[in-house]
Amino acid sequence: MPETGHALTVLLAKGFGLFYLLALSVGVLIYTFWPGNGKRFDHAAKSVLRGEDRP
Amino acid sequence: MIAQLTRAEREFALLVLTLLASCGLVMAAGANDDLFALHGGLVLAFAVGLGFLVLSGLHTPEPGDSRLAEYYDDPSRAGIVLTMGWAVFGLAVGDWVAWMLAYPGLTFDAAWASFGRIRPMHTTGVIFGFGGNALIATSFHVVQRTCRTRLAGQFSPWFVLLGYNLFCLLAVSGYPLGVTQSKEYAEPEWYVDLWLCVVWVTYLVLYIRTLARRREPHIYVANWYYLAFIIVVAMLHIVNNIAMPVAWNHSRAYSAFAGVQDAMTQWWYGHNAVAFFLTAGFLGMMYYYLPVRAGRPIFSYRMSIISFWGITFLYMWAGSHHLHYTALPHWVQTLGMTFSLILLVPSWGSAANALLTLNGAWDRVRDDATLRFMMVAALFYGLTTFEGSFMAIRAVNSLSHYTDWTVGHVHAGALGWVALISFGALYSLTPALWGRARMHSSWAVEAHFWLALAGTLIYVFSMWNSGVIQGLMWRTYDAGGTLAYSFIDTVVAMHPYYVARAIGGALFLVGAAIGAWNVWMTIRGPLAATQRAGDDRPLTVLAGE
Amino acid sequence: MFGLHYRLEKHGMALVLGIILVASIGGLVEIAPLFTIDETVEDAPDMRLYTPLELAGRNIYIREGCYACHSQMIRTLRDEVERYGPYSLAVESKYDHPMQWGSKRTGPDLARIGGKYSDEWQVAHLIDPRAVVPQSIMPSYRFLVTTALRTDDLGLHLKALSRVGVPYTDEMVVNATADAIAQAGTDGSDGLTSRYGTATQARPFDGNPGQVTEMDALVAYLQILGRLTDAAHANRQPPEE
Repeated sequence: MPETGHALTVLLAKGFGLFYLLALSVGVLIYTFWPGNGKRFDHAAKSVLRGEDRP
Repeated sequence: MIAQLTRAEREFALLVLTLLASCGLVMAAGANDDLFALHGGLVLAFAVGLGFLVLSGLHTPEPGDSRLAEYYDDPSRAGIVLTMGWAVFGLAVGDWVAWMLAYPGLTFDAAWASFGRIRPMHTTGVIFGFGGNALIATSFHVVQRTCRTRLAGQFSPWFVLLGYNLFCLLAVSGYPLGVTQSKEYAEPEWYVDLWLCVVWVTYLVLYIRTLARRREPHIYVANWYYLAFIIVVAMLHIVNNIAMPVAWNHSRAYSAFAGVQDAMTQWWYGHNAVAFFLTAGFLGMMYYYLPVRAGRPIFSYRMSIISFWGITFLYMWAGSHHLHYTALPHWVQTLGMTFSLILLVPSWGSAANALLTLNGAWDRVRDDATLRFMMVAALFYGLTTFEGSFMAIRAVNSLSHYTDWTVGHVHAGALGWVALISFGALYSLTPALWGRARMHSSWAVEAHFWLALAGTLIYVFSMWNSGVIQGLMWRTYDAGGTLAYSFIDTVVAMHPYYVARAIGGALFLVGAAIGAWNVWMTIRGPLAATQRAGDDRPLTVLAGE
Repeated sequence: MFGLHYRLEKHGMALVLGIILVASIGGLVEIAPLFTIDETVEDAPDMRLYTPLELAGRNIYIREGCYACHSQMIRTLRDEVERYGPYSLAVESKYDHPMQWGSKRTGPDLARIGGKYSDEWQVAHLIDPRAVVPQSIMPSYRFLVTTALRTDDLGLHLKALSRVGVPYTDEMVVNATADAIAQAGTDGSDGLTSRYGTATQARPFDGNPGQVTEMDALVAYLQILGRLTDAAHANRQPPEE
């Protein structure tokens, strides 16, 4: 292994990790606030209450 | 239980049990060491016992197709009983070891009863026995209700539930005998780990197949959490437990990892067992039972999704905060600390979501102890995650690590969050599953609540005190520049807090015992006057499909 | 109908895949680089292996759950270095499958306990801790003195360890049982020292040369803790705080 093997691996790993964190955050926010999804979320949130599954 | 299985399912069950019994027999007969033989015998006895149960019901009439119009709740019912049994066992052992630290004579000079052997019985008993059974029982219930469909199959739910309990049994019986690989919260040896793999993959497949049958376009968020719990626990379990057995018939194996790599792998596992076993799974529980019990939809569905991905992503980085100032490379420690701090955001997002859901229903929280269990659980979740992020800061950790502060933190989460949300869910679920109007005694639920809360607070406060005091004593210098206290001085200083902690634990145990009694009496009690049959069925039936 | 079912199915599988992708990244980034081991772990050419007897003792340490109360990891903090000795280096546990760093100090750290007390002290303390340290809350391990050590499978243990990367030679594997017995006896053994180094301590650790007991093994292990290499003592970097 070259002298920089460990340092290089760490740099690559952390760089990739940071990119991943940012991309994921953006992706999740887009999915969550996509206008078309709003109705579906409201429906899902209320759906558990229809079951009359409580005493 | 057997009457609900079809003829083919009964025969398949017999086949699987025969295979399992053969494994037990081979283990017992071909063992290289006594402990392996003993565990073989246990597997054999377990399989034969269940085999007799199936045989006794083999010729009872088969269930009609009408069963497909109902949810399949038998495994959840059995799971609830097992949950309460493990809770009382695990907490009782825990309180015993707590007293042992105050009065070391309580080992009674027996080799099997020393602190080091009994402690994993407690941790496994409560985390995997109590927590795991609660998760399995509620996940079966939740996935059917939220997907409006019946579980995919009748055999595999039983295989998952009973197979999982065999895992717990092998683990807990191993420790007092000396079977352990010493990895914290992953103590079971290689053959027990292999068995859990089989059970867990079945669980995952069952869950995915049930989700695929759903009659709702969107997968309700509680299922996301349960699914993350199942998938990530599988990943963690497999990687952390890679080991080389001494021989195929020997109970001992050597971890594939050593030293610093092992430490990082172990705490990647250990911390994420907290994240995905003790957090994600129970958040799934909360996101279903809390809105249902309160009769209000979750405050912000969007927030629950953002928190979900936040928790799933961020927790995985945080494990290295268990290794501050050790031989782990510095950059990994810093990374762990940073992500532990960011982790507070989605954690508080979930806690706030739960509490805001209750906003406007505080009168019900006041009157209904079951809902109060869940409310206080969400509070403790918020407190514990804040404390966790705080303790992950290197400077704080230099004081808290190796002390009882960590123990207090874990129990604030385990008692205050995990146990309370479970009891809340079980008190909603038990009457519903057995068709009872309510729990046998609402007074007992109330008593359980106050005992649990008092016990948790006493426990956590005494451990904060003892942890901070011991941590400070270790680093105190006298005027001459030498360490002021010998180690044993700091042990002596712990005694009053150890007694207080054990009293807190005893209160919590008494509460759980009352809860177990209450669940049992509810099961034995009369059916509700008005059975609302039909309201609680798969959607396929209601729509007349 | 098939179309609808397929779409639903797709959501479920996408969720499963998403969870796997999102959850695996953190562990990969933090753990994978550690396996570029040459630079994670300092070099210590003098590092020696656990003898079969010490390994058996280590297994007793694990079996009894000693790690639940004792750490083997001195942190880079001034008070720890003054209390326990030079802080722990990664290389010192590179043959520890699994490591015993621990997470709680109900009792003191043991990373450098080797040689700190006599065999007699260790044996008396394990038999009845409160006879030696009156305020101790440690359990008694008197049964170790009377329990014979299982030595016939030690070769298998060494073999398994060599498979996960510990450099035990075939010769060590073959002689494992004999070496364990020799190390706990009075006769000494040239074979033992030629295989594991001249610094290997061979004596009846439990004070009874007649029988190889679990006490022999555990005390042999405790007496070697922190003495597999001198790297930590040679390390001149001061503690962090």
